[in-house]
Amino acid sequence: MSVASASPGAQFPSPPGGFAPAPVQSTRRGTELILIGFAILITTISLVLVEASQEQSITWDLAKYAATYSALFLIAHLAVRRFAPYADPLILPIVALLNGLGLVLIHRLDLADAQSAAYFGLPVPSPDANQQVLWTTLAIAGFVAVLVLLKDYRLLARYSYTLGLAGLVFLAIPAILPSSFSEVNGAKIWIRLPGFSIQPGEFAKILLIIFFASVLVAKRDLFTTAGKHVFGIDLPRARDLGPILVAWMVSVGVLVLEKDLGTSLLLFSTVLVMLYIATERVGWLLIGVGLLGIGFFFAYQLFGHVRVRVSTWLDPLGDYNNTGYQISQSLFGLATGGVAGTGLGSGRPAQVPFAKTDFIVATIGEELGLIGLAAVLMLFLILVIRGLRTALAVRDSFGKLLAAGLSFTIAVQVFVVVGGVTKLIPLTGLTTPFMSYGGSSLLANYLLLAILIKISDAAREPAVPKKKGPAPIADAPTEMVPRS
Amino acid sequence: MNTPLRRVAIAVMVMVVALLANATYVQVIKADNLRADPRNSRVLLDEYSRQRGQISAAGQVLAASVPTDDRYKYLRTYPPNPAAPSSPLANAPVTGFYSMQYGSTGLERSEDPVLNGSDNRLFGRRFFDLVSGRDPRGGNVVTTINPVMQQVAYDQLTAKGYTGSVVAIEPSTGRILTMVSTPSYDPNSLASHDGTETTQAWEALNADPEKPLINRAVSQTYPPGSTFKVVVTAAALAAGTTPDTQLTAAPQITLPGTSTTLENYNGSTCGGAPTASLREAFARSCNTAFVELGVKTGADAVGDQASALGIGGQMPGVPFPVADSTIGSIPDDAALGQSSIGQRDVALTPLQNAMIAATVANGGVRMQPQLVSELQSPDLSNLATTNPVSEGQAMSSQVAATLTDLMIGSENNTSGEGKIPGVQIASKTGTAEHGTDPRNTPPHAWYIGFAPAQNPTVAIAVIVEDGGDRALAATGGSVAAPIGRAVIAAGLQGG
Repeated sequence: MSVASASPGAQFPSPPGGFAPAPVQSTRRGTELILIGFAILITTISLVLVEASQEQSITWDLAKYAATYSALFLIAHLAVRRFAPYADPLILPIVALLNGLGLVLIHRLDLADAQSAAYFGLPVPSPDANQQVLWTTLAIAGFVAVLVLLKDYRLLARYSYTLGLAGLVFLAIPAILPSSFSEVNGAKIWIRLPGFSIQPGEFAKILLIIFFASVLVAKRDLFTTAGKHVFGIDLPRARDLGPILVAWMVSVGVLVLEKDLGTSLLLFSTVLVMLYIATERVGWLLIGVGLLGIGFFFAYQLFGHVRVRVSTWLDPLGDYNNTGYQISQSLFGLATGGVAGTGLGSGRPAQVPFAKTDFIVATIGEELGLIGLAAVLMLFLILVIRGLRTALAVRDSFGKLLAAGLSFTIAVQVFVVVGGVTKLIPLTGLTTPFMSYGGSSLLANYLLLAILIKISDAAREPAVPKKKGPAPIADAPTEMVPRS
Repeated sequence: MNTPLRRVAIAVMVMVVALLANATYVQVIKADNLRADPRNSRVLLDEYSRQRGQISAAGQVLAASVPTDDRYKYLRTYPPNPAAPSSPLANAPVTGFYSMQYGSTGLERSEDPVLNGSDNRLFGRRFFDLVSGRDPRGGNVVTTINPVMQQVAYDQLTAKGYTGSVVAIEPSTGRILTMVSTPSYDPNSLASHDGTETTQAWEALNADPEKPLINRAVSQTYPPGSTFKVVVTAAALAAGTTPDTQLTAAPQITLPGTSTTLENYNGSTCGGAPTASLREAFARSCNTAFVELGVKTGADAVGDQASALGIGGQMPGVPFPVADSTIGSIPDDAALGQSSIGQRDVALTPLQNAMIAATVANGGVRMQPQLVSELQSPDLSNLATTNPVSEGQAMSSQVAATLTDLMIGSENNTSGEGKIPGVQIASKTGTAEHGTDPRNTPPHAWYIGFAPAQNPTVAIAVIVEDGGDRALAATGGSVAAPIGRAVIAAGLQGG
């Protein structure tokens, strides 16, 4: 006999003691905590496995990493509990698990580096996992700061032009700086100062998404006004093409000036998808694909590095000793891993150059196999789908576009990175969100996450009964204002 | 805005499915090809964690893998023979090296499938190892090398700091008994698990002007000098010349059609008469007589005889690459005259020259040279035994017998130390000019031969580069012959 199902009506008299209070909308924070505990458990076990198979003993590193990691995500959880209580309960645990796995793999590659250093009689390099823990701490701090300070994500729309301009400036700085301050391994995407270097593009991405979400919401109606109807497709009017042309030019600029194919693709496709969501018109997608094709055609004709990427993609083993080396090593690693993987700590992922950053997915494929890689991809898929669900659920258009843009950019990044490492598409230098070694990437993605969680909180928040404001003016008694 | 959002969600799923499909293709379908790619260093690295088979010679271990407590589990070692601590260096031309950084050479490379256990003949055992959870092990390679002769040859060459090579063959089977090249290197230094050590060793070996990593027995060709007279004589005897045929004894001869002269060693007359018999010319190694003999025999006959002896052909029995020996092009009689005394473009590997001696010793039948005697599974049971392979009659048995006779005469006329009491050797020496200024460049000293002359069990070729310790005064007899005799003595004692 559920009391809650019975509506208080004339049929039943009030029970003694009155009706039970209306059930409180569940925040599912308990679920989140349990899932985070699960992520911590997996991460810790993985660390033990790595240490056991690499060092044959358990070292203090393990306790250090596991404890810091657990503490960080418990703090993140408490911040969400306090400042975004209705947020989606899956988002943070998934990120915690991805981040934890990334940390495990970086630690595992540290051990390989230490070993090869010992083999060549070089000094042991300082472990990158320490640095990564530090950066995770910084990133979680940024995450918590956004949760605390950003009372309402709608405020972001107010500063959209400022943020958009900042994004463009961020994006442009490495292109303007001399190569000695901006170039690392051929990619001109850094700001390098002594003792400190960031990839501004990672942050520019978020700022530009906020900008586009706001602009698109404001100008939505303009874009949806009827254009020509060609072959059953509504094409937009020429004068409405402005935003996409701007996005396209920015992307091409990034590609030309910074030789950064990945970021270029990431920006353009995200803007394109946001435009499609805002206008609900397939015509935009077709135009976008056309523009992408044109951009790529000219890039291929004009730039040697693009041609090299493509020919390496078509036949990585053909130029094994040169440009194909990295992708070949990655494929060797993936093949060696096979279905079940070599086991954590038992493969040779350090054979792949840049295994900790761009190629961390190859390490997953080698040591955890297809199964592990599929699991990680599923985590990303759930994360993105949860983000898109947030976009579906949230009530305002700005929130919808922002959540969709932020989620989709993660999806594109994963697709470009994993596709590149597994030779599905040409290789571009992007990091795997939350997993790759690197401060800029971690911090930027956690800021992105914080915004997403804020939107999710707003989306799932039950409609609060409006506080009784002052009575409407019509009902207010006439008041005499004394003449002075 | 919700419809496009749902479509985007579907697109994201499609993207992930595409990634998964591609990953499945790489990790499952193409995986075998990628794993088997020789450039996949993971395969090589895995091999270091496996027990590699042994390379042995007559019961002596030349190369073995010993367990270590570092992460590579097994260290490739080339153990010294307790009686001869230099043996890893002596055996290096046979075993080659096996290095994590620098690949492998010699038998380590050519017999790699057996040694690392991937050979198909080891499939059954590999399967049982897999089922029983035991680490797969490699098979063993037994060489034809006679360790005593090998060591004597190496000690002889290095005692005076010679750069050179010794190859000895069992004439009746083609089994290679000795393959030495000096200066040599210690393969242990390249097999170490200490990267700094191997890098230093590798750089030092490559910077060494003496090129110790080259296996001179098979990778280097030299002008054979007077040892080539054996080939010319064989061709001449087949064409009807007899040991008593008279040839010029003049101290110098003008090459046909030119004004260039060619002279005997020291400008001496060949014997005391105006003419000399082939027997005497062969024994004294008179150049002028052989220019005449070569021109008389003809380029075709000499060339045919050379190819019948294997010059310019493949060497299928030696598992690693052998440099091509050649008599060069002989456009005219002047060239033929120079080539007849083993100069001009004639170039032989020490192995090829040893084969010439072995063929004469074997009654004219050329046996394929062999370096691997037997392949064994890890438990020492037999996988494959190499049987002697005949490459056909390179010269008639009569010609071979006559040549043996002439070579006995040459040996008896050759000074130098190391004659073995009670053993008749048949031999030919050579002093080969080379370089851009041959008169002032120390000559290569050659010695080829076999013993006992009437029932040969050992055929040999010795080369000492650049005159050894005698510089311009070096001759095959003074520098190379004593080494050859010492190695033959070691072989005969052991046999």
